[in-house]
Formats: sequence, structure tokens, C-alpha cells
Amino acid sequence: MTQANTAEPFLNRWRISVRGVVQGVGFRPFVYRQATELGLSGWVGNSPEGVEIEAEGAPLLLERLISALRHQAPANARVDDIRAVPVVRSGAFRAFSIRESQTRGETAVQLPADWAPCPHCLQELKDPDNRRYRYPFINCTDCGPRFSLMEALPYDRANTAMRHFQMCRRCLAEYQDPASRRFHAEATACPDCGPRLSFCGPDGDVVTQDEAALAEAVEALSAGKILALKGLGGYQLLVDARNARAVQTLRVRKQRPDKPLAVMFGSLEALQRIRRVSSAERQLLTGQERPIVLLRMRSHGLADNLAPRLSELGVMLPSTPLHELLLGELGFPVVATSGNRNGEPIAYDNEDARARLGDIADGFLIHDRPIVRPLDDSVARVTAGHLQLLRRARGYSPNLALPFRASPGWGAAGGHLKTTVALSTDSGVVLSPHLGDMDSALGRDGFDRTVDSLQTLFATRPQCWAHDRHPDYFTTGRALAFGSTHCAVQHHVAHVAAVIAEHGLNEPVLGVAWDGSGFGDDDTLWGGEFLRLDSRGYQRLAHMRPFRLPGGEAAMREPRRSAIGLLHALKGEGLIEWESLPPVSDFARAERRLLVQALKAGVNAPQTSSVGRLFDAVAALAGICQKASYEGQAAAELEASIDREGTPQRYRFGLSAPDTDCPWQVDWEPAIEGVLADIARGASVSDIATAFHAGLVDLIIRVAKQFQLSHIVLGGGCFQNSYLLDSAIRNLQDEGFRVFWSCQVPINDGGLALGQLAWAARLNQKGEATCAWPYRDA
Amino acid sequence: MAHGGGGRATARLLDSLFRPAFDNPWLERQHDGAVLDMAGAMAFTTDSYVVRPLFFPGSDIGAMAVHGTVNDLAMCGAEPQYLSAGFILEEGLPLTTLRQVIDSMASAARKAGVRIVTGDLKVVERGKADGLYINTAGVGRIVAADPVEPGQVRSGDRVLLSGDIGRHGIAVMAAREKLDLESAIESDCASIASPVLALLHEGIAVRCLRDLTRGGLASGLVEVAETAGLAARIQEADIPVREDVSAVCELLGLDPLHVANEGRFMAVVAPEDVDRALAILRCHRVSKAAVEIGRFQEGRAGQVTAESLIGGTRIVDRLSGEQLPRIC
Ligand SMILES: [Fe+3]
Ligand SMILES: [Mg+2]
Ligand SMILES: [Zn+2]
Ligand SMILES: [Zn+2]
Repeated sequence: MTQANTAEPFLNRWRISVRGVVQGVGFRPFVYRQATELGLSGWVGNSPEGVEIEAEGAPLLLERLISALRHQAPANARVDDIRAVPVVRSGAFRAFSIRESQTRGETAVQLPADWAPCPHCLQELKDPDNRRYRYPFINCTDCGPRFSLMEALPYDRANTAMRHFQMCRRCLAEYQDPASRRFHAEATACPDCGPRLSFCGPDGDVVTQDEAALAEAVEALSAGKILALKGLGGYQLLVDARNARAVQTLRVRKQRPDKPLAVMFGSLEALQRIRRVSSAERQLLTGQERPIVLLRMRSHGLADNLAPRLSELGVMLPSTPLHELLLGELGFPVVATSGNRNGEPIAYDNEDARARLGDIADGFLIHDRPIVRPLDDSVARVTAGHLQLLRRARGYSPNLALPFRASPGWGAAGGHLKTTVALSTDSGVVLSPHLGDMDSALGRDGFDRTVDSLQTLFATRPQCWAHDRHPDYFTTGRALAFGSTHCAVQHHVAHVAAVIAEHGLNEPVLGVAWDGSGFGDDDTLWGGEFLRLDSRGYQRLAHMRPFRLPGGEAAMREPRRSAIGLLHALKGEGLIEWESLPPVSDFARAERRLLVQALKAGVNAPQTSSVGRLFDAVAALAGICQKASYEGQAAAELEASIDREGTPQRYRFGLSAPDTDCPWQVDWEPAIEGVLADIARGASVSDIATAFHAGLVDLIIRVAKQFQLSHIVLGGGCFQNSYLLDSAIRNLQDEGFRVFWSCQVPINDGGLALGQLAWAARLNQKGEATCAWPYRDA
Repeated sequence: MAHGGGGRATARLLDSLFRPAFDNPWLERQHDGAVLDMAGAMAFTTDSYVVRPLFFPGSDIGAMAVHGTVNDLAMCGAEPQYLSAGFILEEGLPLTTLRQVIDSMASAARKAGVRIVTGDLKVVERGKADGLYINTAGVGRIVAADPVEPGQVRSGDRVLLSGDIGRHGIAVMAAREKLDLESAIESDCASIASPVLALLHEGIAVRCLRDLTRGGLASGLVEVAETAGLAARIQEADIPVREDVSAVCELLGLDPLHVANEGRFMAVVAPEDVDRALAILRCHRVSKAAVEIGRFQEGRAGQVTAESLIGGTRIVDRLSGEQLPRIC
């Protein structure tokens, strides 16, 4: 680039506003360098909305600056919008400078997320001559903690947890040097001035610090001990992933008997010794967001209790310099699971972690950089070649780029499990990180704290709140306590609406919403729904034939109950004698009799059309899982039994037209009869699992053909089943349908908040206070 | 029973059934209403009883109609004194059934020390009143020196439970739905006035009383905590539930904390009074198994946390109507 043309007689001054991911990514230094090279004068600064520039020079050079902003932005930046307006000159600029941040104005939704160490920092970490050699908190504008330590906007050191650390002379010099990678790196630190590592015993007393602390942790893990480690967004519990006994101890202490545990490998090479990864998987694994990636694998040679009876293992690579150092020393992979007791949110405060994890961990590897906003590890997989997030948190939150606009001033409270919260602001929709389940006091406190702090951060206080129809969800109660206008969005409508919002669909869609259960418009439990959604409203086109769930919520924990419910619908009292069936013999005879009476009388035996419960029933009948210790266990174990190379036998579901105006009904009876016949002839579990999955996919195709909508949406927790999702997508596409599913947002209840918000805010765009929309139902 | 207006048949019924059964001077006077001599603060309450079936193990609709209103008065810190009874009968209800109910009411009233001083009876068409409905209202003299209500509860106050829970709800449900239970579970339906009055007479600092009827212990705790603006914490292991009750609950997916009782209450007392209060309660048959189960404390208003045996905790919510699964 050449120097500015000094002969140019007419200097222009432009005010340029840049929107997108432009803070905490080295954007201002980039602008500074570009402007200086072009010989422009003026300034650049952060504002709550993004980056503001005032630049003066020849129009041609100003154009060049804008083109550079658009095409040469730093790797981690994302420029969504550039707006330039001429402004009146008032006094001359002497040079180009970087300005301190502005505090007024509306807030942009794109904030820097928390990222794994960049290649430069990793290089420095390993360079004995570098002053940050082996410093566990090394970072720069391209990497490190950001959202997790943000107290307020704009994103300046004074508004982050780093305000507790006074920069040393050398760090300050880098921070102020526009040529440095650490120019305005708000979390920058070094061994002289930054956070320190400590190792503590289970009682929380500091034993050693710095390198010695790391060594202590290495020793503990090598000896099969459980280590609580303070990561980027919260505490993790680590244990040697090769040591089944140590893993078992963790399971017992965490009260998590079966739920799969994620494994962290020291490097991609270490992981590839166990399983070859595809390029899409590698991209996900090594990306700066550093999620847990679910990989299908037959065997891994590690402890056999990492993901009992499942075909997928969650793996990740180091997400902080601290993890890099630790894994580098260890030389073996470790289990890395959220630092919490089962069902509770992740611990992130040192005191709190000591209290809550003291009974679980044998030692703590901690530091003194506070975490302001807790973030779980994100969970992702590759579906049909695309990223699919199953849990959206560290690395991704709070940014969400949506091709859809919701009217601002809305909040959505989400579901009861895997809860997230959504807010609509003037500049877009914000989705909170994964908040976990609302069954614990800590989970509920976290919900309220998050609602509060997101509203403060984004300077919005929604008066309209969308929520689930279920009267007893904690989040329903909170939504009704917030704001003045409320809109109940049916659970499965929200599942479908979330996908519509994510992909910005305007066409009518056939939504296939399959999950465990959600409260339906007829006050029964839905979960096997085919819904039409269009701009006017929604309609329940078809649903699974309902059956009773003996014991209500107890049936969510015991797949055998779903089987009993189905058998009762098929055989009545006759089921009592059917002792060859595992779910029947799993109950004592007297219990069976009482259950049948309760089913007959409808005592705590709600009707459900849930496909999730159908999965439970088939898994129980196949003898796989009678009682579950985590949500979706039976379905996951059934999926793992699929023979992917096997013959494509499939069970058939009935599909019958309504007499009058009611929805079509899908009958599971022929499919269940098929399962029973196969059991009777001694078919293998894998035959049954395969035929059941294939039958469901076939059903989706048949229903799609029946209703002839070109756009098909797949949503709900059942589609976490990657076999079901993959084959449904493939088969629908083969038939010429356009298929959509959640990618950026969890397809499970973690996506409900977005769907609620999208649906409620869209329907209320005209400012109507009510949210009635046309639908018909039997 | 024949359907009719306020005619002679009704008068005959009152003469032949009620007056002798409830036997007291007010009824003998055959006036339009009872003239009562009352002074000072009074409590006044009413409730209607529509339980199905009319008779169930351990009790019946008649005794329930007396105990329910007597207990509501006691929960206000009052000594129950006078009751009214209104009956709505379905045409065709066997006279013997009515007589049984009336006798049960009379005996319940006698034991509770209250007089049924006025009443009413209507007969409606066949198919209309599901056999028999009863409404009772009651008045009682306030004996508590300080107000006894949720607003009085302070952080640190203790929760006492008068006995095992869940029997009434299960007994009625089993009878109504014709469930064959392995062991007979009888309703706990009873008057709880005497232990309550004893607490008050002995000067126990009773902050609040709550009978644990519909919605069970869970609703009682949540509602008191909500009004008091406090949280509550209970130890699940300390809550007495009979083994057969908990087995049925587990199989049917019911939470004993949500099951209705008709002779159980919780008393919230100052921490220093716990031992004395328990000693007093245990002197009375209906509360001989009284225990301390937890406390109120600062926290989210209305949030009740139960500590389980194995050290975990769960939140006890008040649920709307049926226990609808929330797990997706
Ligand atoms: Fe769902
Ligand atoms: Mg009452
Ligand atoms: Zn870096
Ligand atoms: Zn420094």
C-alpha cells in the first residue's frame, strides 16, 4: 500500500461503524495498521455496538480502508455490516490513534467468546526463551478468556475480571503497542503480574504453587486420583481415562452411574492413534471453540466404563494453556467432566467449588482469575457433514448469527431441562449458554442470575415473555413473574420454530417434533408430533397413537414402565402373565397387578404420544434397559445396538386418515407386534434395534409424502440419535424434500428458548398483546 | 329418599335423623338458626366435602366433614366450638347410608368437642349430586395470644410434623379406583384440635399451623414459605411414611409429600421451643409420632429443598393438579 497522496486538495472525513464480531479479536490494531499505511488520520474505538472509526483522507483512500475492513479483517473477526457516513470536519487530526472505549449507545449482540490458545501463544508457551514460557494463563487478542470474565460492556480490561491484576511494565507496553499481538488484549498477563496456579488438597488449603502445583496435579492424576481443575468457564473433574477403577470412583462420588464421560486428549495425534478423524471432525476438534466432539467408535482401548454400552465417545483437545501443559506432562488422556454433582450446574467460584466438589475431588488445581460467567463445555458432532451443537456454551456463547429478525423486547424462558434463555434486542437475538436442569436450587439460582446479567449486559428489559405451556416448569413460573405480556408456546411448536428461526425459513414446513414429552394443547403429553407451521399458525397434522404411562414421571426414569403401558394397550390384563418379557418380569407379580389396575383406572397414568417413550418401551422389551440413570439412556443404548451393515428389515407403523377434522394417527401397534414376534423367535437385540430405527425413518418419509410440504423440519430430543437423524435426512433428501434441523442451537430442549421467542415475537410483530393464532386439533 | 322441596319429608328426616344424632339444646329449639353466646376474637371457616367413595378404609365423608372444619379452625389457633352442616342428597340415596354418615358425624363431633348447632338438607334429582355432598362451617374461639399465620414465620423457625403422611390420600384413591393393595391402608382422618390447643395453652411460640390436606406436606410447606418470603429445608429421612404407603407411592409414581392427609398438620415453632413442643404433641394420640423435619431459612421465597438420605437434595414443588411429568 502506498502513502497517501498529499497533493489531494479535498480531504473527506468519514464516520465508519463496523458491526459483527469485532471486539477482542485484534480489530482496532488492524484498523490502526490499515489506516496508518494508507496515511489516513483519525481514530478507532470500541463502542457497545461494535467498532467506530473516524477517518480523514482522500475519498479513494477511505474507500480502500473500507475494502480492507471488509476483506482483510483478522481471522477471528466477523464483519457483518459496515456503514460509512461523511461528517463535518472540526479541527484537524494529527495522526491516527486508538481511542478509549465509549460507553453509551445500544449493545451489539456479537461479543468475543472464550477460545482455546492460538498457535502463536502455543509457540510462546513452549519456547524456553519466551518470558511466558510455560505460563498457564498466556493469551492474546486472538485467544483466551473473554465472555467468561466480562463484567460489563464495552469489553475493556476495567470491565473484566482482569481488573484485579495490575499489568506489569512489560505487559503494559505490549498492551499499548499497536504493532503487538497483545495490543488491547484485555486478558493479557505474564508470570510477573498475572494469575497464579495453586494446588490445594481436598480441604481447600493451598499446598503448592506454579510449576510445583502443576507437578502435584500430574502426580495425583498419574496415581489414579480425581482432580478438580479450574478451566475456562468453570471447574472440571479429571481422572485417568485408562484407569477403570479410578473412573468408577469418580462415577460413585459424582452419583453418575452410567452417563457417558468426555475424554480430553493431549493432541490430535494422540486421539488419532485411537480413531482416524474425518476432516470435518478435525476442524471441529481443533477449532478455537474447542467443544467436546462426539465420535462414533467401536473400541478405544481406554477404560471400559467411559460410555457404557454406547457407540459414541465424547472427546476434546486442550481448551486452555493450562490443559496444554497438564496433558503434555501426563502423556495419557483424561476424563474431563463438568465439576458438579449430577444434576447441578457447573461450579466456577473457588469457594463454592471447594464446598461442592470437596467430597468428589482428591485435589484442586486452581487459580486466582475469577470466572464471571460460568460456561459448560460445549458438545458438538458432525451431522451430514455439518457442525451440530448439542450443547451450546463455551467457545460459542453468547454469539448467535440468525437470518431472522424478532421484534425486540421479548424474552423466552426455555424448558425445564437443558435450559437456555433467549432475549431479543435491537440488534438481534441473544441465547444464553446451557444452564442445565431446573430441578436443583443451584440450577434455579443460575437461571435467575443469567436472566439478570444478560439483561444488564445487553441493556434490555423485556416486557414480553414467552414460555412453555407446562404449568409446572420452573421457567414457566419465572416467565410469568417477569414482564407484563406472556405467551405460552407449545413445546413441540417451539422445537420446530427453533429450526425455522435458525434457517430463516419463510415457507410452510412439516415439522417432525419427536422427544420425551412436552405438554400438549389437549393437556396430554405430546412427543410424537407432525406439525404444520406457516406464517399464520400451526396445525397438528398427525401424531403417534397415545398410550398410558404408568407412574407418570416415574416412567421417565424407568423404561420398563413405557413397555408396560404399551403392553397394556395391546393385551390388557394379559400382560401380567407374560413373564418371558424382561419389563414384565422386572416387576413382582403383585406390582404388575397393581400397575394394571392403575392403568385401567388412569391413576397417575397420563396419556402420551411420545416417540421417546416408544424408544424406552422397545429398549425395555429388547432387554437392554429397564431403569435409566440419565435422560435418553435407553434410546442411546438401543441406537448403539444397531447393526449398520445389517439387512434392512424394518417394522411397519400404521398411518390412518382421520374421520373428520382430527389429525392423522400413527399406530405403533404393528411395529410393537413385530418386536414381540422377533423376541418370540429369538431375534438379536441388534436386529430389533435396526428394524425399529428403520421403521421410524420409513414412517417419516411416508408422512412427508402424505402431506406434500416441500420443507421438512426435524426437531426434538429424539433427533440427538445420530442414526435416526442421519438416515431421516438422507432418505428425505433422496425423495426430493428440503430438510432442516438444528445446527447452531441444540436440537433438544436447549433450543426451546429460541423457538419460543421466534414464534411469540414473530406472531406479535404487529404489536398485538395477545398470542392467539389459528390451529385446529381434535 | 324422595326428591322434594322443603316439604314434610325433609322435616321428618331432620326430626328422625339429625336431631337425635347431634343431640344438643340448639337443635332442640327448632329455630331458624342457632343463637350463640360468643365473646372476643373468633375464627370462622367453611368447606364442602365431595369425596368419593362415601366410605373408605379408616373413615367416611361424614367424619371428614367434621374433622376438616374442626381442623381448619384449630389451624387458626382457635378452639373449635360450633358447626353447621348442610347436606345435598341425591334422590334414591339409601336411608341407611345417610344414617351411617350422620352417626359418624355425630361421633366425630362428640370426640372433637364441637356441637353441630344448625343445618340444612336438600334433595336433588337422581344423577345430580353423586350420592351425597356435605358442607360444614364452623366457628371457634381464638386461644392463641399472638397471631398464628404464615406471615409470623421467621428464618430459623422449625417445622414439626404431627405424624406419618400419605395414608388418607392412598386409602381414598385405592377405594375409589378399586386397587388391590397388599395391606389395608387406612385414612388418618382425625381431629387435631387437642394437641394444637395444648401447644397454645402451654405457651409454645407457635408461628403458624397448617393441616396437610390437598397437595399434602409439599403444598403446605411451599405456601407457608411463599407467604413468609422464606425458603424451607427438610430432611426426607425424618419424615415418617409407613412402608406400605411408600411402596404403593413408589409403584404408582406418587410422591408421598404430595399426597393428601386428613389428620396431619405441621406446626412451625420457635427453635427454642422444639423439644417442649414435641413432648406436648407426643402426649396426644393423634400426634404421638410427632417429629421435627426441618426449618425455614433465608432464600428464594417458597423454595422447599429436601435433603435425601444419600446426601443429595431435591426441590419440592407445589404441582398443579395431577403430577404431570416435566422431564422431556
Ligand atoms: Fe422436548
Ligand atoms: Mg379445609
Ligand atoms: Zn493467542
Ligand atoms: Zn506482566
